[in-house]
Amino acid sequence: MTTETLTSAREGQPTTMSGAEMVLRALVDQGVEVVFGYPGGAVLPIYDALFKQNSVRHILVRHEQAAVHAAEGYARSTGKVGVVLVTSGPGATNAVTGLTDALMDSVPIVCLTGQVPTHLIGNDAFQECDTTGITRPCTKHNYLVKDVNRLAQTIHEAFYIARSGRPGPVVVDLPKDVQFGEGVYVGPENVRHNSYRPQTEPDPAAIEAAFELIAGAKRPLFYVGGGTVNSGPDACRALTELARLTGYPVTMTLMGLGAFPGTDPQSLGMVGMHGSYEANLAMHECDVMVAVGSRFDDRVTGKLAAFSPHSKKIHIDIDPSSINKNVAVDVPVVGDVGAVVGQLVAMWKGRGAKADSRALADWWAKIDRWRAVDCFRYEQPDSVIKPQYAIQRLYEACKGRETFITTEVGQHQMWAAQFFRFDRPNHWMTSGGLGTMGYGLPAAMGVQIAHPDALVIDIAGEASILMNIQEMSTIGQYRLPVKVFILNNEYMGMVRQWQELLHGGRYSESYSASLPDFVKLADAFGAVGLRATKPDEVDAVIREMLAVDRPVIVDVVVDKTENCFPMIPSGAAHNEMILGPSGNSGEQTVSEEGMVLV
Amino acid sequence: MSEPIERHTFAVIVDNEPGVLARVIGLFSGRGYNIDSLTVAEVGHADNLSRITLVTTGTRMIIEQIKAQLRRLVPVRAVRDLTDEGAFVAKDLALVKVVNEGANRREALRIADIFGATVADTTLSSFVFVMTGSPDKVDSFIELMGALGRIEVARSGIVAIARGSEIAGDDERGG
Ligand SMILES: Cc1ncc(C[n+]2csc(CCOP(=O)(O)OP(=O)(O)O)c2C)c(N)n1
Ligand SMILES: [Mg+2]
Repeated sequence: MTTETLTSAREGQPTTMSGAEMVLRALVDQGVEVVFGYPGGAVLPIYDALFKQNSVRHILVRHEQAAVHAAEGYARSTGKVGVVLVTSGPGATNAVTGLTDALMDSVPIVCLTGQVPTHLIGNDAFQECDTTGITRPCTKHNYLVKDVNRLAQTIHEAFYIARSGRPGPVVVDLPKDVQFGEGVYVGPENVRHNSYRPQTEPDPAAIEAAFELIAGAKRPLFYVGGGTVNSGPDACRALTELARLTGYPVTMTLMGLGAFPGTDPQSLGMVGMHGSYEANLAMHECDVMVAVGSRFDDRVTGKLAAFSPHSKKIHIDIDPSSINKNVAVDVPVVGDVGAVVGQLVAMWKGRGAKADSRALADWWAKIDRWRAVDCFRYEQPDSVIKPQYAIQRLYEACKGRETFITTEVGQHQMWAAQFFRFDRPNHWMTSGGLGTMGYGLPAAMGVQIAHPDALVIDIAGEASILMNIQEMSTIGQYRLPVKVFILNNEYMGMVRQWQELLHGGRYSESYSASLPDFVKLADAFGAVGLRATKPDEVDAVIREMLAVDRPVIVDVVVDKTENCFPMIPSGAAHNEMILGPSGNSGEQTVSEEGMVLV
Repeated sequence: MSEPIERHTFAVIVDNEPGVLARVIGLFSGRGYNIDSLTVAEVGHADNLSRITLVTTGTRMIIEQIKAQLRRLVPVRAVRDLTDEGAFVAKDLALVKVVNEGANRREALRIADIFGATVADTTLSSFVFVMTGSPDKVDSFIELMGALGRIEVARSGIVAIARGSEIAGDDERGG
């Protein structure tokens, strides 16, 4: 039989193989090098096929949620599709948080899940769950493969859907009998989805209208989001060129950091709830807003009714459903950011356009006055480490090395976004849309797999890190020199901050009690454990962390009561920012409508 | 807040594959949109297409969002807003069982005749009428029957198509 298959393959006849072998073959043909997974009964045939080959590397995680986050880190730092392999039932349900995270942040993932054999589906069989039903709302698309002859085509379609248009996660559910069955393999070159064709080339009339608004702006602002990063390094270069040609200010969302150089004088830093004063006021007062791969998320807009009231808005996005969803815009441009911005650059140069330099100088003067407020300022006393200081020192120490930063979720995440500057895209991975505690460590793992020689740091909180701490074991197994930099404030700081500001200081269940000794914990996992408790220890600890070529957990004991400012309280407008503990003018910080928002 | 609520009828052309209806319905429940009526049936056997007729309400912005979100679903080929495109024909079908006697029974038959409803089943004490027509007309028929006896109703929901000689293509995802 083997000979038969070989001969027929040689003659260009259809190649038959088992479903499990097809999975591996399809992955190879899709250029996949790494799969993050965890075995179980319903995927044993695929693990057997994996065993018999050397092209695809499998990384054994310690929890399926971590497999997806690792694949996200891999995908976001490389621009490739991240691949996950998990078993049926609990394997699939454990992956759900990761899939939702990838959907919210538009990360291309293909997740292969095992399923009970087709004849048992619906029978409440052991480790059966309705995977396609459960994952339907948290994937871009999903499939249940019932016929081995459709398997290869389905996997190729899954890759196509995951990476094209607005990227996202795709689940392919594979019953065990389909993995065992014999069928005909088709290569990716023979597969074309019969209807899914996202629009990437913009409508010329829309581009023209956008160009006119941009060229005529007096108080312009580029508002750049994660879609620009997703569009690729070329798109980021084009955006940077457009910004430099025009001389207009640029602000970025949490997901967009790095799309434009953070150290460039034209960067106003991050916009939104914990964004910079200058960025938020510029959003409020601009006359032309150019949204580039951003989606007017509620963390960015604040109170919608008062959002950027004087501006004409251009919205460049590949996803038509993002346009006019929260904010009505004047000029929608549907298309790939790279294609759209590239055309705008060409038009600007080709037509010899000039910004209104008088108006622009006034605008920058105003922005500079906002900048002078120095909204991120803090004081570092001798006694206790301010979290901002720790991140600032970390940033200084990492300059000159290729550094990837991942984060968990909370205050530390916002301080990282405020104090770390990214001059290149794809070097900052954080859970923006879903805000998933436990994202950072596995994501860092995925990044380190893709970039073995780079410096990869998870900036963490002591509460978040415990949500996927088991991955230290994976990190140990593959000798990944991931650094975990914990800002340990002994609180779920972001929760504590909201309780302080909104709930009368009743710190209900937000204290991190019974914390492990992180230094000993590092040791238990075969990593290096370090601790800093005084400001003058911070630099030494960072130096030591960077010097070792091994995984490190650093426990930075920081001020427990520090809050993250500036802050636009829920339901407030951009010009109602609180700058600091004493920064608000004695009024109630949050309106009644704001209280119900998250 | 003061934005007017509009009522729109969509024709949604989808690949007839497992789960497609669940995707459409899940989108509406997940995003909190209204479904006033939804019908689905295969319309092109050769190319394996189904047509969903959907009636929904919302502000203009929500209506546009619904269309964009529907177009985002991978198996959705085309979404046509019949309300926006101009005149269209919308028909509903009801099977109305009326249980009554004597004068009311004769009156039911007379009204059915006026409405052009046909009789699909009869016993000595009941009729099953087949009533097709615009949703309004079907509503009034059911109301009148309700006044003449005990009734049981099964309705198909609305199917709709644009007026005129144009045949709609199946690939208008972007539109
Ligand atoms: C999985 C998950 N559960 C709950 C939350 C809500 N939440 C947001 S921030 C936060 C506290 C995080 O504490 P820590 O990791 O110590 O970070 P800090 O804010 O103290 O820097 C919590 C509980 C979340 N984002 N994710
Ligand atoms: Mg904390």
